[in-house]
Amino acid sequence: MSDATSTTPRSFQEIILRLQSYWAGQGCAVLQPYDMEVGAGTFHPATTLRSLGTKPWAAAYVQPSRRPTDGRYGENPNRLQHYYQYQVIIKPSPGNLQELYLGSLAAIGIDLALHDIRFVEDDWESPTLGAWGLGWEVWCDGMEVSQFTYFQQVGGHDCKPVSGELTYGLERLAMYVMGIDHVMDMPFNDPDAPIPLTYGDIFRQTEEEYSRHNFDGATTEMLLRHFEDAEAECERLLAFPAEDPKSGKRIVMAHPAYDQTIKASHLFNLLDARGVISVTERQAYIGRVRALAKKCADAFRQTEAGADQ
Amino acid sequence: MPDLLIELFSEEIPARMQGRARDDLRKLVTDGLVEAGLTYASAGAFSTPRRLVLSVEGLTTESRPVREERKGPATSAPQQAIEGFLRSTGLTLDQLERRADRKGETFYAVIEKPGRKAPEIVAEVLDAAIRNFPWPKSMRWGSGSLRWVRPLQSILCILSDEGGAHVVPMEVDGIKAGNTTEGHRFMGNGRFVVTGFDDYVVKLKRAKVVLDSAEREAAIWQGAQNLAFAAGMEVVPDPGLLAEVAGLVEWPVPLMGRIADDFLSLPPEVLQTSMKEHQKFFSVRNPKTGRIEGFVTVANIEAPDGGAVILKGNQKVLAARLSDAKFFWENDLRVAKAGMGEWAEGLKAVTFHAKLGSQAERVERIAALAREIAPLVGADPDDAEKAARIAKLDLRSAMVGEFPELQGVMGRYYALAAGEKPAVADAARDHWRPKGEGDSVPSEPVSVAVALADKIDTLTGFWAIDEKPTGSKDPFALRRAALGVIRLVLGNGVRASLAEIVAWGIARHAAAGPHGMSAALDLLAFFHDRLKVYLRDQGIRHDVIDACLAMPGSDDLLLLVRRATALSATLKTEDGSNLLQGFKRANNILAQAEAKDGVEYSFGADVKFAETEEERALFAALDTAEAAIAPAMAQEDFAAAMAAMAALRGPIDAFFTAVQVNSDNPVVRRNRLNLLHRIRAVCSGVADLSRIEG
Repeated sequence: MSDATSTTPRSFQEIILRLQSYWAGQGCAVLQPYDMEVGAGTFHPATTLRSLGTKPWAAAYVQPSRRPTDGRYGENPNRLQHYYQYQVIIKPSPGNLQELYLGSLAAIGIDLALHDIRFVEDDWESPTLGAWGLGWEVWCDGMEVSQFTYFQQVGGHDCKPVSGELTYGLERLAMYVMGIDHVMDMPFNDPDAPIPLTYGDIFRQTEEEYSRHNFDGATTEMLLRHFEDAEAECERLLAFPAEDPKSGKRIVMAHPAYDQTIKASHLFNLLDARGVISVTERQAYIGRVRALAKKCADAFRQTEAGADQ
Repeated sequence: MPDLLIELFSEEIPARMQGRARDDLRKLVTDGLVEAGLTYASAGAFSTPRRLVLSVEGLTTESRPVREERKGPATSAPQQAIEGFLRSTGLTLDQLERRADRKGETFYAVIEKPGRKAPEIVAEVLDAAIRNFPWPKSMRWGSGSLRWVRPLQSILCILSDEGGAHVVPMEVDGIKAGNTTEGHRFMGNGRFVVTGFDDYVVKLKRAKVVLDSAEREAAIWQGAQNLAFAAGMEVVPDPGLLAEVAGLVEWPVPLMGRIADDFLSLPPEVLQTSMKEHQKFFSVRNPKTGRIEGFVTVANIEAPDGGAVILKGNQKVLAARLSDAKFFWENDLRVAKAGMGEWAEGLKAVTFHAKLGSQAERVERIAALAREIAPLVGADPDDAEKAARIAKLDLRSAMVGEFPELQGVMGRYYALAAGEKPAVADAARDHWRPKGEGDSVPSEPVSVAVALADKIDTLTGFWAIDEKPTGSKDPFALRRAALGVIRLVLGNGVRASLAEIVAWGIARHAAAGPHGMSAALDLLAFFHDRLKVYLRDQGIRHDVIDACLAMPGSDDLLLLVRRATALSATLKTEDGSNLLQGFKRANNILAQAEAKDGVEYSFGADVKFAETEEERALFAALDTAEAAIAPAMAQEDFAAAMAAMAALRGPIDAFFTAVQVNSDNPVVRRNRLNLLHRIRAVCSGVADLSRIEG
């Protein structure tokens, strides 16, 4: 599994590039990040919606992810409110997915004879997406470097066939591979480049700005209103008759409606960071987002991409 | 006699499920084989993270033919009955035999099952075992429909004897059984052929897999101890962790590391919990300092650098974790030293239960209740109230947020930091106990008061809102709370009226409304049920407890248990069981007479109307017994009282042998019935013996 590429990468972006090229080599469509604020790579419609229905699917992409409550003003060595996930989703899950995954670790310079790689039980559940699966967190020398999940249900629908999902926490993985202690010190591009940039050069200031925004700045009344709007819009879009009178085609607006679900989910996360959601309300909000996700999943199953064939 | 070897090779099986899975596989397969008519000499199951294995030795080569004969309806029976018989036997009419007997002619079904070959049976049994395997959680994968704990990759299934090994032909959801397997994920060297169990074990070891989890556990424990010993340290035993770690590796390689000095000031419980929960590390103690100063991690690979890179990585992860823990500890200590007001404020925002208010409101109730309970358990009321007020504060600490299992332990540290007395601080730790059956009961009076108040508030609260345990559902662990109260009361010799304590608790729950009284009674009955379960485990029968429950003051659990213990012990003696028969006879005769005559015979038995020696002896014995029982009862010495009653057995038996109660002389009869009443009265001091069965 180790080959010429298994030298230690020198920058954050080199790790991303190697993963992109590795998974492209395994036949995945290398997609681009989804152009909305999401909490994790799983929210990308390439994963949530495409894991439904019987159509085969294989995609890999980087997804910038936001967890407003994890803001630490750029000071914590490991915690960020904006970070990157690398996501691979293959349907049906191939029989050698574990081997393929281990190949990707070798590709980014992890010598599998020298490190202790372990698959440790971890059941995955997303209450907001109405989704769950079984799998592991993958440990490298005691460090969790990836999530490995066989989707069993998404949006309340059984996954048939089952998709295999891999999620790499890129910063943490890269820091481990390169032996870096503070995320802000990590080289983003080649350290020998004419203009070398560290992760901190690019993100320290934004971590400060967003931390302040998430905890103190964002207007809660507006967020609440936008949540209601997104919820209403999602339901409105799904209530349209399938026949489009203008084109004469059958067009179910599953993706635009799902965009509103993503929005609602992110607005909820912001409200949570602002500390205005009580413990009991929390469950209710999660339930409302889940209801939207389920409706979108129902709608997607009515479309060509999501149908059984 | 061939041997059977089965290996179900899969992606990583969760460690916690492996032990049960071994038992299930052995049971499912061996039961299936036996049911199908095979026998075997012995069977053993094994597991690693990637395989579940069964070895069956001395299996018979085929099942015996079976001839079964079943009698059916008479040939003259209605069509429906005959059709039913055909359906149940799976035969057609012309396959039935007709046999003449005395009543006429009857149908008989003779079903002959020929013997079947072992491979056919094994294939069938294994297929069913795989499809019906009781994993706590299972999944599908790829495009298949089979469920297994994680994707099942291959099946090895061979029968081997002197003649060689043969694959049992079978296929489950596209996975065909074969005679090959593979070794360690990283140190193995491709697939290899297996010819039998011994060959399998040897080849696995060559491919860096230790099959037997007990052997892996022993290797881990021995290796860890050697490493610690060489450094003058000792490993903290943790059998649960040992079993788990043995389920995470196929080739255990223990490595020892040191905890950086920065973190040695953390409480040992924090170090141990963080290392165990997050990293699956064993704690290593320095016997000279008594502190946890090192750890042992167990790798699954023999690395060419002797594990240096692996150890360095683990050390780094640990340092990050402990930095977090240290940050929490230092922040928490700051809040604690400032009096923990921030946390008390925080409890107002935490809902305990939608209908039972916030944690802060609950703390108020517990504090008031602890104050009331304090005198009953010998605690200072001020201390008890104070302890109750601080006992839940650590729920708001960052450390408990990260490690919920340290709840209580941290509370004690923070209470001490806040300047509370040791007895008050200890209550923060101990009021949660007993947490389960294996947990001991606190004995310090302040802890006992708060522990009781906590559990009584929980129980009365859920009874007030009518959320009681039903069947197997007990989401709020109310049975455990009730058992906790029982063990606290009995373990500490607490003399108190439980009815009164329950009433104090119920009164603080507005939700009970007008139903407070009935809720309280229902809760007391629940306590009595739990007590029966508890005492049954200690060998005291339920009817013995019922007999004692019928006595006044039965809500004083200590008194109740003393009665039951004395009665139970007496009933196990010959005198005791005979006394019971004598009592019942007296009671029955008396009850019949009272029903017939419409009067109560309760007074005035006089020895002057006695006609026989046995009668007079009984009078004398009752006098002696009464003289002994009265002072014993006054001192609540139920054993002495029961002994005095048991001494009546002889005179009562002699009386019934010699005397006819229902004499023709009405005066004598009335006198004898009144005498029987004295027996009943004397024998009813400790318990209502009429409720004893048998």
